[in-house]
Amino acid sequence: MPEKTAYIRNFSIIAHIDHGKSTLADRILELTGTLSPREMTDQVLDRMDLERERGITIKLQPVRIKYRARDGGEYELNLIDTPGHVDFTYEVSRSLAACEGALLVVDATQGIEAQTLANTYLALEHNLAIIPVINKIDLPSADPERVRRELADVLGLDPDEALLVSAKTGEGVPDVLEAVVNRIPAPKGSSEAPLAALIFDSIFDPYRGVIAYIRVMQGTVRPGQKIRLMATGKDYEVDEVGVFRPALTPVDSLGPGEVGYLTAGIKNIRDARVGDTVTEAERPVAAPLPGYRRLRPMVYCGLYPQETNDYDHLREALEKLQLNDAALVFEPEKSEALGFGFRCGFLGLLHMEIVQERLEREFGVELVATAPNVVYEVTKTNGEVIAVENPAKLPPPTEIAALAEPYVRATIIVPSEFVGPVMELAQEKRGTYQNMEYLDMTRVLLTYDLPLAEIIFDFFDLLKSRTRGYASLDYEYLGHRRSDLVKLDILINGEPVDALSLIVHRERAQAHGRQLVEKLRGLIPRQLFEIPIQAAIGGRVIARETVRALRKDVLAKCYGGDVTRKRKLLEKQKEGKKRMKQVGNVEIPQEAFMAVLRVK
Amino acid sequence: MPDRAFSLPPALYIHVPFCRRKCHYCDFASVPLEADLVKRYLSALKREAERELASWPAGWEVPSIYIGGGTPTVLEPEDLEEVLAVAALFPRAKGAEWTVEANPGTVNREKLALLVNAGVNRLSLGVQSFDDDLLSFLGRIHTAREAEEAWDMARAAGFYNLNLDLIYAIPGQALSTWRRTLKRALSLRPEHLSAYSLTIEPGTEFGRRAQAGSLTPVAEELDLSMYRAAQELLGEAGLKQYEISNFARSGFECRHNLVYWCNEPYLGLGPAATSYLRGVRRTNRENVGEYVRALAEGEDPAAVREIATSSLAMAETVILGLRLISGITWERFANRFGCDLRDVFAERIRRLTGAGLLEADERGLRLTSRGLPVANRVFQEFLP
Repeated sequence: MPEKTAYIRNFSIIAHIDHGKSTLADRILELTGTLSPREMTDQVLDRMDLERERGITIKLQPVRIKYRARDGGEYELNLIDTPGHVDFTYEVSRSLAACEGALLVVDATQGIEAQTLANTYLALEHNLAIIPVINKIDLPSADPERVRRELADVLGLDPDEALLVSAKTGEGVPDVLEAVVNRIPAPKGSSEAPLAALIFDSIFDPYRGVIAYIRVMQGTVRPGQKIRLMATGKDYEVDEVGVFRPALTPVDSLGPGEVGYLTAGIKNIRDARVGDTVTEAERPVAAPLPGYRRLRPMVYCGLYPQETNDYDHLREALEKLQLNDAALVFEPEKSEALGFGFRCGFLGLLHMEIVQERLEREFGVELVATAPNVVYEVTKTNGEVIAVENPAKLPPPTEIAALAEPYVRATIIVPSEFVGPVMELAQEKRGTYQNMEYLDMTRVLLTYDLPLAEIIFDFFDLLKSRTRGYASLDYEYLGHRRSDLVKLDILINGEPVDALSLIVHRERAQAHGRQLVEKLRGLIPRQLFEIPIQAAIGGRVIARETVRALRKDVLAKCYGGDVTRKRKLLEKQKEGKKRMKQVGNVEIPQEAFMAVLRVK
Repeated sequence: MPDRAFSLPPALYIHVPFCRRKCHYCDFASVPLEADLVKRYLSALKREAERELASWPAGWEVPSIYIGGGTPTVLEPEDLEEVLAVAALFPRAKGAEWTVEANPGTVNREKLALLVNAGVNRLSLGVQSFDDDLLSFLGRIHTAREAEEAWDMARAAGFYNLNLDLIYAIPGQALSTWRRTLKRALSLRPEHLSAYSLTIEPGTEFGRRAQAGSLTPVAEELDLSMYRAAQELLGEAGLKQYEISNFARSGFECRHNLVYWCNEPYLGLGPAATSYLRGVRRTNRENVGEYVRALAEGEDPAAVREIATSSLAMAETVILGLRLISGITWERFANRFGCDLRDVFAERIRRLTGAGLLEADERGLRLTSRGLPVANRVFQEFLP
């Protein structure tokens, strides 16, 4: 009798955003009867409302699929969906590490994009079998032959292996399932060996504690077993193991090659980190599975409650979100301008936006957010090296020996006529040219090293607008590099507003300061007195604007018929004021704290 | 304790919702004149008056009457007479002020005589500007010359208490143009003058233009200069400012409007008219057809009703009272509500006097000259 693993296939779907990953997953579930038509809703694997709205996957949702192949065998296919955004690259890599193969979905009308590239390289790094799937062949503008050539020329994949599919109509999807069975290798590993299982995701359940999503590499895990999580060295007793159908369904045990979950009374999601190895407490494996890395926040911002009394509410909301989001970090922080709040760290901008939106939407906390910034590495004159997560906390210039900022390697795919504008933009954004490669006659792959700060600023928006939306971008973290940076302070009515401080490159400080004060002048409404707005570097003012005093604000008429309506007008005015933050005696609207981002 | 103002007889307002055409800035309820609709309006108005008179307490006399619009004088003489007759159904105090609003393009000797004969003793003429270009920009149906002719006719008809309405801060208007308009207005020697800064209201022609970006409101600085010019020129001519936008020769302050600013009771008849009686503010249906139908079918013509709780009544009394240059006296507030204004709003009064926007003395509380042009900032603070 063949090993059970011979009938298991573990695979992911990787794709550039909007190339049809979720639709293909839905079609596969439908075709295999994994979900009844009644259970099918579009994008079933994308669970959160936010994901549906944005059409992106944030959180992985694995599913086990029963499939009877044309060879008559009954296969167990585990589909591990992956997030499709650069913020979550590490989570993608862990999902891929749990698989033996991947479907590489490419839009037949678009061709290879930057994320296609990044994802393929990730999959190749993990030695995955790659099945190219050219999707959307039903569209009139589809050009599958061109995409085939790109797959061969750019990625070195066999063009004849590409499957032509329309996930929308279902055309070609049965062949995809057959390819999964025939082209992806079965997992290996002995069921008798000591347990080694990879945690590729974990969620928090208020009743059961942490539910760790695992892929068993070798050995067997079952309830009652004593296990050890190797990153923390903590031991637990397994309560339950199970599989995803896609609802969590308990089973007796999980053996080699199987994908499922376990619960073991783990109270904190930080104890079951993505990438960690589960082994047996009595008989641990000698070394953990490769690739474990602690997630490090790349982007920080200050989050403050609109209403001071909401501070505790905000803290509780952050704690609750953190239960399910090991990548979110936060620390209490006090701002002179905004009062008590939190410095929060995120994997990237999308992650930040999602957290802010969930705080407001799910927890009803009204937020004032400061502009995001990267983590700076400061070498002090006394030799000490510190990480600065808040520009306002930068030590005085006399104590700084050197400053370093994070750099990324950006890959940009763009039609050749836009190469000039893109190179210009990369220059403006302090990029250093690395490489240029023609993908085919019309498309070019550009590689630049860029400061991450420029990317979170407005690089992507500008890239899109200067290439009429044609460019795609992906990037990977390179590490910190020294830069000639200075802190720019903003003074409103003579008082420095810490929440508006930012760190910029010295050469750009002047222009930046000028644009920022202009922007702020437009955002801060007139008040009863004149308000000077200044930008300063180390006490030297480099730009100044003035918000003129409010001169006239009075209802010209108010007679009997007007009283209610006019009162409501006053109420609206007052409401608008309440949404502002009082800094000294100046009222500053929330948008002002994000103004930094809107400067050219 | 109950609001003592509940027991006062109300001032009477009658709304005439017809106009020859709508001015570009106007958001009052008005429709084009149409003979058949006027007839139905008149009978509904009469019915509404009768409803009110049916429960009229013995001895109540209205302290003032104000017939506004729309344009009351757009009506044919016999129709105008009927409106006056409805007003006359209400017992009125001896020497009561009785105002009718008039549009220079719609008055003639016959109508003016008819008003005087009915007992109307104050006429409010909507002149708006003495610059013909601005008048047409505003969508007015008359010229500056016609306004002056109407004025002279009113004097000749025997009106010794005349008001003139002006609008300033009109896009395109220069300070010098405004000063000329003020001087020309003063040459007519009005007893009363209202000078309104143009408010661009949503739903008006100007509102639409502003939305589309083809109309830009004048800068606050210019608006303020024009305001200061009005205060200066009118003041020199003996028209004392007594409210944010109103100026009068001593003794000619509009008594009817003072009722509003003192937040005292009034009865409003006609479509869109508002009443404030026994702490309830209600507004009639604005659509003339709806108003007519409701009364024909014996229904309540009111569409909205708001109960002014005592905290709301106190706030509104302060907000409206502060529109008056003399402000609100401690005594008037205490007599009405049985508590001291200084206690109810202690913290706010302290803060706003500290900021130089309000001044308080042994008599009462008022806006400072600095607070006057930015009064909304003060009013907001008193909202409940």
